[in-house]
Amino acid sequence: MDLAATIVLNGLTLAALYFIVASGFSLIFGLMRVVNMAHGAMYLVAGYVGYSVFEPLYDHDLWYAWYAGLAAGVAFAAVFGALVQVLLLGWMQGQELRQALVTIGLSIVVADQLLAMYGGTPRQFFAPDAIFGSTRVPGIGGYPTFRLVQIGVAVAVGVGLWLLLNRTKLGMMIRAGVDDRQMLGACGVNVPLVGVAVFSLGAALAGLGGIIGATAQPLAMGADGRFLLISLVVVIVGGMGSVTGTALGAVLIGLAEQIGQAMFPTYSVVLTFVIMVVVLALRPQGILGRA
Amino acid sequence: MDVRITRRATLLGGASLAAGALAAPSIAQNAPIRLGGLTTLEGPFATGGQDAYRCVQMELERVNHTVGGRRIEFVRESSNAQADVALARARKLIEQDNVDIILGPLSGAEGIALRDYSRTLTGKTIVNGSSGASDTTLRNPSPNFFRFSTDGTQWMAGLGKHVHQTMGIREVAVTAGDYAFPYAQVFGFNLEFCRLGGRTTHYWAPLGTTDFTSQIAQINRSNAGAVVVVHGGTDGLAFMTQYAQAGGSKPLIGGSIMADQTMLSARGPHRRVMVDMISGGPIADVIDDPTWNDFVARYRRRWANEGGFTSPSIHAVNYATNLYGILHALKAVNGDLSSNQQPFQHALAAAEITAPTGAAVKLDHNRQAISDIFLNKIEERGSTAQVVAFGRTRAVNQTLGLPEQQFLTLGSPSRDNTGCIAS
Repeated sequence: MDLAATIVLNGLTLAALYFIVASGFSLIFGLMRVVNMAHGAMYLVAGYVGYSVFEPLYDHDLWYAWYAGLAAGVAFAAVFGALVQVLLLGWMQGQELRQALVTIGLSIVVADQLLAMYGGTPRQFFAPDAIFGSTRVPGIGGYPTFRLVQIGVAVAVGVGLWLLLNRTKLGMMIRAGVDDRQMLGACGVNVPLVGVAVFSLGAALAGLGGIIGATAQPLAMGADGRFLLISLVVVIVGGMGSVTGTALGAVLIGLAEQIGQAMFPTYSVVLTFVIMVVVLALRPQGILGRA
Repeated sequence: MDVRITRRATLLGGASLAAGALAAPSIAQNAPIRLGGLTTLEGPFATGGQDAYRCVQMELERVNHTVGGRRIEFVRESSNAQADVALARARKLIEQDNVDIILGPLSGAEGIALRDYSRTLTGKTIVNGSSGASDTTLRNPSPNFFRFSTDGTQWMAGLGKHVHQTMGIREVAVTAGDYAFPYAQVFGFNLEFCRLGGRTTHYWAPLGTTDFTSQIAQINRSNAGAVVVVHGGTDGLAFMTQYAQAGGSKPLIGGSIMADQTMLSARGPHRRVMVDMISGGPIADVIDDPTWNDFVARYRRRWANEGGFTSPSIHAVNYATNLYGILHALKAVNGDLSSNQQPFQHALAAAEITAPTGAAVKLDHNRQAISDIFLNKIEERGSTAQVVAFGRTRAVNQTLGLPEQQFLTLGSPSRDNTGCIAS
């Protein structure tokens, strides 16, 4: 019984990580119609940049090493995302295929540059002891604290995104832009700037995912492709551009992966895609997607 | 403007073509030998691949890129440990880069793909890099494929016996990657362990798994007295980190690519649980052998300032061993790759070399290495963890001493044929 509970909790904590990463992808797609194939690259670049800041501080046993790495990674990803939108994607607005191809190219360039700079050695962040040890969870026993923190971060991201989109002026502008860019522009809003803000926010979320992910799992080449694929699957299952849908998709995929690993390890990968196929067949717009 | 082809011009052209064809062999003899390297600079084994090229470069520099009077041009190519990618890159090496010999690949399934590809080639030779699936040379071997490194099954020689007899453990949990190389390793371990009466439970995970927490939860609740971990690269690191975080306390037995500098030089809590881990394999960081000490010293001098490990990794040593085979044979035939490389391939098959570890290597009738295997233990020495050899089995062959026919009837290692046959 406690094994079942552990596996479910594992699934939920993994889902939390998937949600953090996929929410940025979903945000960018939902609001700007850009399939950002460089989302995984943003995860990776934030991880490595954060690590460069983290490592020297960690060597000196400074307690804020991890937080500094987190801040650096997220900030870098946000700036990187803004630059991508300003320099590359902004002037091909509305040409979805072209934007997708450009971001694929970008992700290859970024990954190879990272490989050249950091080599292939896997790296991992170590969170401060307060959130890195083990916590007693009723019904399960000792459980890695950091995985519980992941859930907290995911909930905060979800609530924050919802508040931003539904309760702030920026959110209002973003939502208006989705429905009618021209009318929004006519109202005196600088629409391209709103686009940069959204892209930057999406990239920052990928960066947050990168640091959290690299604390829970090793950070290495190939993580970009993996998290891009997961983001795609989560968003397709949950529904493009819906925060709640992304959360639902992440929970389904996270649980499927962990339960699959415990019950039929060889085919656990298949289970993820079976869910995607079923959703696409019965509800192509995703479970909570708008048609 | 019209071009007129006169009879004289045609004759002249024909004559010069014929002269070119006649002159070709002597030009080929002086032209550089093109050696294509194929390893993984992408994907889960990127670290090992990078280190493999370090040692290949170091050993080529040592012979001044020259053997048998001919220069060697080394062409680097990379795959990501997937068989289809390795095959595409090998084709590129042969068809576009015009290499004579391929040195590679690194990972198990890639090796089988390249063995099959080598069979379609004439006048080209593939010499293994570090791939260790047993079937690559054991079943349906290819005349163009040579392996001077030992395979994953061989690497486990002596380990099952040590766990059962010396450590006194009767039941183990085996967690392994779901692909050719771990099948071979698990098979080698089980062959000894189950024969002595041991019992095993298997937990498979696809290559590229980075979240093992549910599997670890199951293992920690089982009756197993020890955990045999046969993952590699980032998968292995993820398993060990999560095992440490989950408070795992069972003794660990490692597959050959677990107890390696690619794992030990990465920082993290995994190093705590990995101290005292027992493993088997073709190398260790500390081997009491002058050839090895010399190799390690040269490696450190060459790479200490360029990102090298404190000690060369298993993949690097395997690539170096196979390169030794190539260099030895090229020297024996004086760099002559004519006659569809027949003399060169005969020289390869007959080569008897000494690996960087000091182990004697010769090939069997399937062109597969027979060599020494070490029993290792991870020890904390100073501030670094090191793999220390404490046992050595000499001249381990591919069937671990069983008659080949009997070994073959056991079937290919797979997730359903784990070699756990009590007898």
